Amino acid sequence: MTRTLENQTTRRSSSTEAGSRGTARGRVIPTIVLILGSIYCLIPVAWVFVAASKSKGELFTTFTFAPGSGLFANLGDLFAYEDGQFGLWAANSVLYAGVGAVLSTFVSTMAGYALAKYEFRGRNVIFYTILAGVLIPGITLAIPQYLLMSELGLAGNPLSVLLPSIISPFGIYLSRVYSSSAMPQETLEAARIDGASEWRTFRSIALPLLVPGMVTVFLLQFVGIWNNFLLPFVMLSDQSRYPLTVGLFTLLAKGSGTPALYSLAITGAAVSIIPLVALVLFLQRFWKLDLISGGIKG
Amino acid sequence: MTATSARTLSHPSRAGARHSTRPRLAPYLFSAPAVLLYILFMLVPVGYTVWISFRAYRLEGSGIGGRRVDVFAGFDNYATVFTDPEMIAGFTRLLIYGVIAVPLTLGLALLFALLLDVPAVRAKRFSRTAIFVPYAVPGIVAALMWGFMYLPSTSPFSHITRSLGLGTIPFLTNPGLFGSLANIAIWGSVGFNMIIIYTTLRSIPTELYESALLDGANQTQIALRIKVPLIRPALVLTAVFSLIGVLQLYGEPTTLKPLTSQISQTWAPLMTIYRDAFITDNLPAAAAASTVLALGTLVVSAFVLWVSSRRRFG
Repeated sequence: MTRTLENQTTRRSSSTEAGSRGTARGRVIPTIVLILGSIYCLIPVAWVFVAASKSKGELFTTFTFAPGSGLFANLGDLFAYEDGQFGLWAANSVLYAGVGAVLSTFVSTMAGYALAKYEFRGRNVIFYTILAGVLIPGITLAIPQYLLMSELGLAGNPLSVLLPSIISPFGIYLSRVYSSSAMPQETLEAARIDGASEWRTFRSIALPLLVPGMVTVFLLQFVGIWNNFLLPFVMLSDQSRYPLTVGLFTLLAKGSGTPALYSLAITGAAVSIIPLVALVLFLQRFWKLDLISGGIKG
Repeated sequence: MTATSARTLSHPSRAGARHSTRPRLAPYLFSAPAVLLYILFMLVPVGYTVWISFRAYRLEGSGIGGRRVDVFAGFDNYATVFTDPEMIAGFTRLLIYGVIAVPLTLGLALLFALLLDVPAVRAKRFSRTAIFVPYAVPGIVAALMWGFMYLPSTSPFSHITRSLGLGTIPFLTNPGLFGSLANIAIWGSVGFNMIIIYTTLRSIPTELYESALLDGANQTQIALRIKVPLIRPALVLTAVFSLIGVLQLYGEPTTLKPLTSQISQTWAPLMTIYRDAFITDNLPAAAAASTVLALGTLVVSAFVLWVSSRRRFG
């Protein structure tokens, strides 16, 4: 896929250079605007890393983009905070986002496959009901979901964060779009004629073809759950169950009384964004985000 | 579970071998987990919210012997939502915030995507990646980082203006606060929207531009006259997502709250809902306001989709 894109780029640039004789202005101004946009997007990240290197005294006294001398002390304090709460929060985030996104991907893929490849009574009702769910603000659901979880005796339990994260109307919608385009109906018919069961056809023939769509759904869900704040904030009361977002928020909220915690919150923010930025940058090439934009045509 | 479903699934296709292309049970089993979870975690909570929004708690008796009972309240809670000055002020603040955040997010995303699609531009891969980085930063962490960059004692921007003798920039007081909050949202979402628009642009066949280039059109004309109309579906989609995002504003003002006195507990409608539900224990009020917010989202999204589909054919 990368190769196709590059071919396209070379093809395009050669055709334009012939056409518009590539004026310097037409190249320089757009490049400058994009570089300015990049700086805007990177400044807070750069700032948080610099600030994380400052000792508590330096944070409020030195120029903010001057590196400080307290990086290792801050990291030590961060991981020692309340017997290693920060490590627990990180582990919880990995657990909620990892398990939630894997389950969500499988549930969405199976449903999307069924909705795309079978004609059955109720198919449209199911599809459009789920599609309407895309428009229901997930956040306004958090409070009734909490009441439901309390009824079930699960409030405060990690399951109360995991279970609601599995259902993703948008993931199901994307899976359906991807199943319709990536899975030829003839392959399916051939497998049936050969006597394969429906489950076996799905598992050994459809699943491998659906992997690129599944990676996209997985990443969207992983980032969505990792970044979610209100659901775990509403559901959980035990600090050791918090994910990073809720943990860092409580650090900051307490910090207004004790500025020493500001240093911890900043260092925690810096450490917490490394894994996710790395994951997203690494997996960027496997994303099929054109699925999102292309999907609305159909 | 796997073994059982495999057996059940294989059964109907073999039984109906004459119409082998119409397996009856399989699609239901494949969609069952999604449907069950959808009912349990979306439909039931929505239904429950609507039900509670028509109820009210009344105290019966008085003093220690008083008992809280649950009674039918009709549209009382909804009337309160629309007459409560704090709630109305919250929606007004949300409107100001949205008027700043949505056009700037979409405008910048479209601008960056179109520039990335200009053939002669340099440093494309770097800018695309750099602008996309904030997508991986949770809203809470983004608010925390920007919060410290706004706070007078740690802000690099105010540090510079102070040394120039211009004083501290009022990021965290009105009216600057609206821009500061909108900036966090713009920063967090411009990259994702840019990628959606950009991937759509890449799917347009280049032949469409070539004849325009031969006719002497420049890149700006091509962008505005050919590309923008073709990617309208992607623009509509990003607009809907941005509007939904605005109505759900909660984490950012809540995170900035410890840093400024100008963000009250009821700054955004969702903050009021949270307070009613968990702090003042007024669940019916929270439920009614949630319902209004959800309906508002539906109406706004439907309106955007309707306007865009009308214009496409009109």
